[in-house]
Amino acid sequence: MKTFIIALKIFLFFTILTGIIYPLIVTGIAQLVFPGKANGSFIVKDNVTIGSELIGQQFDSIIYFSSRPSAIGYNPLPSGGSNFGLTNAKLKHSVDSLTKHFIAFNQLDINTKVPSEMVFASASGLDPHISSEAAMLQVNRIAKARNFNEIQKQELIQCVKTFTEGPQFLILGQERVNVLLLNIKIDKIK
Amino acid sequence: MTTQDVIQLLVFFALLIGLTPVLGNYMFKVFTGKKHFMMPVLGWLERLTYKFIGVKPDEETNWKSYTFGLLMFNLIGFIFVFLLQMLQAYLPMNPAHLSNVSWHSAFNTASSFVTNTNWQGYAGETTLSYLVQMIGLAVQNFVSAATGVAVLIALVRGISRKTTDKIGNFWVDLTRSTLYVLLPLSILLAIALVGQGAIQNFKHFETVQTIQGAQQVIPMGPVASQEAIKQLGTNGGGFLNANDAHPFESPTPFSNLLVMFALLIIPAALTFTYGKMVGSTRQGWAIFSAMMILLLAGLSISLYAEYSSNPIFGHLHLMEGKETRFGITNSVLFSVITTDVSCGAVNCMHDSLTPLSGMVAMINMMLGEVIFGGVGAGLYGMVIFIILTVFIAGLMVGRTPEYLGKKINAFEVKMAIIAMLAPNLVILLFAAWASASTVGLSSLNNAGPHGLSEILYAFSSAAGNNGSAFAGLNANTVFYNLTLGFGMLVGRFGVIIPVLAIAGSMAEKKITPMSGGTFRTDNSLFIVLLIGVILIVGGLTHFPALSLGPIVEHYLMNMGITF
Repeated sequence: MKTFIIALKIFLFFTILTGIIYPLIVTGIAQLVFPGKANGSFIVKDNVTIGSELIGQQFDSIIYFSSRPSAIGYNPLPSGGSNFGLTNAKLKHSVDSLTKHFIAFNQLDINTKVPSEMVFASASGLDPHISSEAAMLQVNRIAKARNFNEIQKQELIQCVKTFTEGPQFLILGQERVNVLLLNIKIDKIK
Repeated sequence: MTTQDVIQLLVFFALLIGLTPVLGNYMFKVFTGKKHFMMPVLGWLERLTYKFIGVKPDEETNWKSYTFGLLMFNLIGFIFVFLLQMLQAYLPMNPAHLSNVSWHSAFNTASSFVTNTNWQGYAGETTLSYLVQMIGLAVQNFVSAATGVAVLIALVRGISRKTTDKIGNFWVDLTRSTLYVLLPLSILLAIALVGQGAIQNFKHFETVQTIQGAQQVIPMGPVASQEAIKQLGTNGGGFLNANDAHPFESPTPFSNLLVMFALLIIPAALTFTYGKMVGSTRQGWAIFSAMMILLLAGLSISLYAEYSSNPIFGHLHLMEGKETRFGITNSVLFSVITTDVSCGAVNCMHDSLTPLSGMVAMINMMLGEVIFGGVGAGLYGMVIFIILTVFIAGLMVGRTPEYLGKKINAFEVKMAIIAMLAPNLVILLFAAWASASTVGLSSLNNAGPHGLSEILYAFSSAAGNNGSAFAGLNANTVFYNLTLGFGMLVGRFGVIIPVLAIAGSMAEKKITPMSGGTFRTDNSLFIVLLIGVILIVGGLTHFPALSLGPIVEHYLMNMGITF
């Protein structure tokens, strides 16, 4: 019985300390030092929240850079991947049709090597990035769909280059382009 | 792989090896009650804890009272987490108005978080309220990790003391590891993660109007604080379903490096603490080396498998279930270390790994989570293997086996065998049951040998208290919630109790002074023997099942066969 009381008391003590005080301390510091990030890095345009910098959106329109395939259709409730094994026929089928679609949609040469992130679904289903290579392959199609002249098209290419992030601190992770930020930017090309 | 990939790996391991003695030495001071730099900062809180619970910190107990306290404490935690989920709809801090959790899922999740497994049959953002995540799950993230450390420290005392029945005070060990190790590190890590973009708030879910005119409801919550402790405590249960693949949990490659480092550093540093406590850092480094060799072997196989081409997908990089910002190397490294350490957080979907890298993840868990392993748990699991190795070596040369001057007798060997059999029985029996019953098979997401792998993975993860999954398996059913929940409890307490019994029995023994004939446990011969014993035990137990799952799938994949 004595042990039970001690166990109960210490459980209560740690519940308050690590379950309430700890997250509150972290929230307090986070909201003070990094308020934008702590609240989800949202992008507001004309008083409307149009997305989070970190959360990918579905882009399949002809005038936008396409985002990666997503097993959840970019609906974050809940996040997740396809969980297909590599010997799953559905995965093979999906990769084949996505490859054909990417080539046809972007009017590319039939033998173009399609970047793998454009035919494989991401882990979170919310991957905000594609490779700059994948973005470049889409430039012609977008320029054509938007009736861009040569100067505007060069501006489009420049956008992809500006939005390409190299590996963090030169060594960490992969080169990538944030599709949402890029698409917001190209809407401003006049 | 590019040069940049190799540099990333080198940076990661250099950081790990460099900081192991630093944190290890600090934890040595914490657990032996010596002065350390956090004492002036948090000493008052430690004293307040003892005063509040009415315990004298220098009063030590025998192994039975120690175990009883531990079990009582964990039982209370279990009941609390279970009830919280069953009642969350009536409780505050539930802005998404999530309903009460089903009894079997609540049982599974309570078992999961109390046992430091953090297997998740549910999806965080659509199942559990902020309140349950905070005062239910995050608390267990701290205290289940602290429980693991306590058991380890008690075991080390048993080994290093002589002719006493006292192995320490559970409440003191629990308090010190929470206050001085987990809490400060978690605060630092959580803030660093928010700096990279992880979220930390109590807001309602945010509805956004996307560029293409759709609506997207984005979950919010105190993610970073939970993320930090779930890595440091080798828990692994994500606030959000996609875990560390979710941009709100790990938004950048740097946050990825931080969380990978966080999940390995405490188990690694504890080997140094162990060495200091038994009076020879060489002993600690020997264990560290054995673990590191197994880790690197697994990593090499996984990287090789993921970078190989196969007839199904040709030369495409295998990016299914992986995030662009991390790329293949970081995803593979994460999958290997999260299963070495019984963390179970993921930054890529393990179900979509190549058959061989999926197998490496499974073997890491099947070997008993001793390749660094869970906080505390990995090292006490390793000591079980050391006892067996010493015993086998003793049999070979015909001497009474000894470890660090303590004679190993029938009792210790029996307990070690129980601790080893408990998780393996769970894996083999339950996996056999699941793969031979309709109720087990109906949850599969993949056909062919990969289906068997999904089942094997689930029970290996539960028994090893890992928590990662081949997440295609729909485990939120009565059958899986109950079998996996039970498996986790057996895998945890079926090891802890024998380990504490060994601690008690070792403490009572005399210490035999070293002599020329003493079998050394700190040289490369011993490291090789230890690795051999681990691989033989694990290999013999699980090779037949693995050959029907990932191994046959590997060959079929290379013949271009799909299901």
